Amino acid sequence: MEPKTHLTAEEGKQEIFITRSFDLPLDLLFKAYTEPELVEQWMGNKVLKLENTPHGGYQFETRDAQEKVLFRANGTIHSFVPNQNITRTFEMENTPFPVQLEFLDFEAITDEKSKLTMQMVFKSVADRDNMLKLPFAQGINMAHNQLQTIMSKAKPANL
Amino acid sequence: MNLRRDVFQAIADPTRRAILLLLASQSMTAGAIAANFDTARPTVSKHLQILTECELLAQEQKGREVYYHLSVVKMKEIADFLEPFRQLWDDRFNKLEAVMKAYQSKK
Repeated sequence: MEPKTHLTAEEGKQEIFITRSFDLPLDLLFKAYTEPELVEQWMGNKVLKLENTPHGGYQFETRDAQEKVLFRANGTIHSFVPNQNITRTFEMENTPFPVQLEFLDFEAITDEKSKLTMQMVFKSVADRDNMLKLPFAQGINMAHNQLQTIMSKAKPANL
Repeated sequence: MNLRRDVFQAIADPTRRAILLLLASQSMTAGAIAANFDTARPTVSKHLQILTECELLAQEQKGREVYYHLSVVKMKEIADFLEPFRQLWDDRFNKLEAVMKAYQSKK
């Protein structure tokens, strides 16, 4: 079966495209990005701040069971058009990775299906490749999985 | 260095990805591969040519037939490079879908 999430990263370019089709109406897909409690559930991060307006911003963090911060990221919202697009920056705090620019385009495929295209633009080709190559992505994933385990124990059938 | 870019262009096409999947478990002749697609035979041949040029597929002569098989080294190179990051987002988006379906049914 073909995977639902596609990633394109051409050699020598400082950008990544991620596309994904959802079995969700467009407004529900968009809502997943606008309600802090929903963002927390699917991103697996705590949402410290989420101001979805032009000139707004956001901050997310993940802590381990001992309350140690594993991951914290923030960004500025540049453009916010409901059910159409979000343009924002993304920066991981306390890492050598420079800030990146993200274009999120939301579109309806049918009344019940929608599609998201994310374009991430990096400061340089090397920065993009480091981001892709370093095993930290798996590290974050593991942190998320741990958190999900904790959450699912804490809130059974409550999601 | 242009080779890598070609590789990513090669796997950006859905038919070519389907061909790679088809060959994941067996080597096949061009005719047998083409039989799996509605597209015209020359189109499939063109896809096979591109995949071979990018060293994703290798050809092997067996009697009168030419068999295509995956070039494991090249496939692994792509997978190692991009798959963890793709997987990270795939997991997140699967979660998003599940969370929003639960949210929808609650309303």
